[in-house]
Amino acid sequence: MGKTANKQMICEVLMEHAGADRDIIALCSDSRGSGSFTPFVEKYPEQFVETGIAEQNLVSIAAGLAKCGKKAYAVSPACFLSTRSYEQCKVDVAYSGTNVKLIGISGGVSYGALGMSHHSAQDIAAMSAIPNMRVYIPSDALQTRELTEALLKDSKPAYIRVGRNAVDPVYEEGTFSLELDKAVTVCQGEDAAVIACGEMVKPAMDAAEMLAAEGIHAAVIDMYCIKPLDEEAIIKAATKAKAVVTVEEHAPFGGLGSMVAQVVGRECPKRVLNMSLPDEPVITGTSREVFDYYGLNAAGIAARIKEALA
Amino acid sequence: MNLKALAYELRKDTVDLIRAGKAGHIGGDMSVMEILVELYFDQMNISPENMDSPDRDLFVLSKGHSVEAYYSVLAAKGFFPKEQLHREFSKFGTRFIGHPNNKLPGIEMNSGSLGHGLPVCVGMAKAGKVDGRTSRVYTVMGDGELAEGSVWEGTMAAAHYGLDNLCAVVDKNRLQISGNTEDVMAHDDLHERFRSFGWNVIDVADGNDIDELHVAFEKAKSVKGKPSVLIANTIKGKGSPLMEDKAGWHHKVPNDEEYTQIIKDFKKAEEAVR
Repeated sequence: MGKTANKQMICEVLMEHAGADRDIIALCSDSRGSGSFTPFVEKYPEQFVETGIAEQNLVSIAAGLAKCGKKAYAVSPACFLSTRSYEQCKVDVAYSGTNVKLIGISGGVSYGALGMSHHSAQDIAAMSAIPNMRVYIPSDALQTRELTEALLKDSKPAYIRVGRNAVDPVYEEGTFSLELDKAVTVCQGEDAAVIACGEMVKPAMDAAEMLAAEGIHAAVIDMYCIKPLDEEAIIKAATKAKAVVTVEEHAPFGGLGSMVAQVVGRECPKRVLNMSLPDEPVITGTSREVFDYYGLNAAGIAARIKEALA
Repeated sequence: MNLKALAYELRKDTVDLIRAGKAGHIGGDMSVMEILVELYFDQMNISPENMDSPDRDLFVLSKGHSVEAYYSVLAAKGFFPKEQLHREFSKFGTRFIGHPNNKLPGIEMNSGSLGHGLPVCVGMAKAGKVDGRTSRVYTVMGDGELAEGSVWEGTMAAAHYGLDNLCAVVDKNRLQISGNTEDVMAHDDLHERFRSFGWNVIDVADGNDIDELHVAFEKAKSVKGKPSVLIANTIKGKGSPLMEDKAGWHHKVPNDEEYTQIIKDFKKAEEAVR
C-alpha cells in the first residue's frame, strides 16, 4: 500500500460507494480541503452539504439528515468536532441514535505548530464518555479502509479519529482483514504487553523489534477500537505479560491508558505504565518533533517497556 | 373538531400530568399549546398510522422543556395511551422523561438542550429536498432559547439552502426563568433579525389564537425559495390569570387550591370558544 493519508482513504472508500448508494452524504465545515474531501465534492455535489465554519451546525444537520435515512459523514478537524460540537454529538447523534459517522481529521497533534487550539488531545476521553458513541482510531491506511467499509454497513453513531499526514503502513495488503471491534495483535511476545492506538502502533512495533534483539519479547496490540474496547484482547495479553505499557496520542487522563488500566486492575492486576502527551500545552513543533520530545517513538517506548519490566 | 376547545382540554390534561409527575415547565406548556394543537390536528401529515413513512411531516420540539404539553398532544393524537402517560411520567425507569424522548412513538428527536432543534430540522429539510419530497419540517423554539448561538448557525444554513419546506415557530411568551426576555437578553427586533438572515417572517399577533396560527402556517406554505418563521406572540401560563405572564410559573406544580382555580379558569375559557 502506497502512502495515502488515513483521512484521504476514508474519502476514497466513500467515493467507491457513493455512486451506488445515494444515501451517503458527506458534510464539511469549510473543511473539504483539509479533510481531503474535495474529490468527493466534485464528483457527488448533490451528496455533499457544506455548513460553513459552524461545527455545531455541522453535527446537528448531519443528525437531521440521518434521521431521514441518510448515511451522514460529518468531516471536520478533530479538535473542533470533538469539543466545539460535543453537545450536538451527545444529544443529536448519540442520545437520539442517529446514523452519523463523525470523522475527526488531523487528530491529536497533527496540526503541530498551530498550537493547542488545533490539537485534539481530549477526544478519546470526551467521546468515550458518551453512551451509544463508539470510538475508533485506525493505525494505517489499510486498516482505515477496512474500518470505513465495516462502519458503512451499520447504522449506529461512531467517532473516527484520523491524522493529517500519511503514515507508515502497519499492515500488508492481502494479509489483513478487519474484524470489527477486535483488536489486532501485531507482534507476539510474553514479557510485556504494549497496547497502542493510531499513529503510536508503528513505533510500538519498532520498539518491540529493537527489544527482540536484546531478548525481550513484547506483544504489541493495535487497539484501534477504543470503544467498545476489546477487553478480551487486553486480558489475554496482560495475563501472560509481566507488565503492560500503553501508548497514545492523547492527554494522560481518560484515554486508552486509563481504560486499559481499569481493565487490568480489575481482571489481572499488575504494573501498567501509560505513555501519552503531557497534561500541559504540548511543545511547539511538527508532530514528529512533538512525539520525539515526549518519547513517543520507538526508542522511548522501548525504554519504557524496560522500565516496566525492571 | 373544535381545536380552540381542544387546546383547553389539553391544557387540563397537561396540568393533571404535571401534578401526577410532580414536575413540569407549566408556563411554557400553556403558551405553546395552540401552536402544537394547530400543527398536530390541522397542519401536519402525521399520525400513528404513517409515523414510519418517509413522506410524513417532521416535527422537533426545540424548546424541549414544554414536554408536558407535547406529550399531552401526542397522547390525544393516539401515539400512546393517556393513562400510561399519566401513570408513568417522570417516574422511576419510565420512557416518559422530562424532556422529549424519541424512544416513544411519535417523537423524532431527543431534545432538552436548547438551540438544537432548528439545526437538526435544517438537516431534515435538506434531506427532503435531496429526495424530492413534498413533506414539511416544523420546529418550535422558545424566545429565551434564541440567545443560543447555534440557533443562528441553523438560521443561516436554512436560508443558504433555500429550505422553503422548513417552518420554525418562535413561542414568544416574553418570559424566561430569570424574568423578562428583554431584560435577560434583548431581541425585540426579532423580525428584522430573521429577515436579515434571508427568512420569510410572519407575525402572529395572537399566538394563542388557532385561527391566526392557521392563516400564518398556510401563508408559510405558499412562500417559495426561503424558510419561514412564525413569530407567535403568546402568553406564558395562558388560560388562567393565576399563572399568566408570571415568570414564577416557569416551572411549578400547582397546589390543590391553585389547581381548583386553574381548572375553573380553563373551563370558563373553553366555554367561551365552544
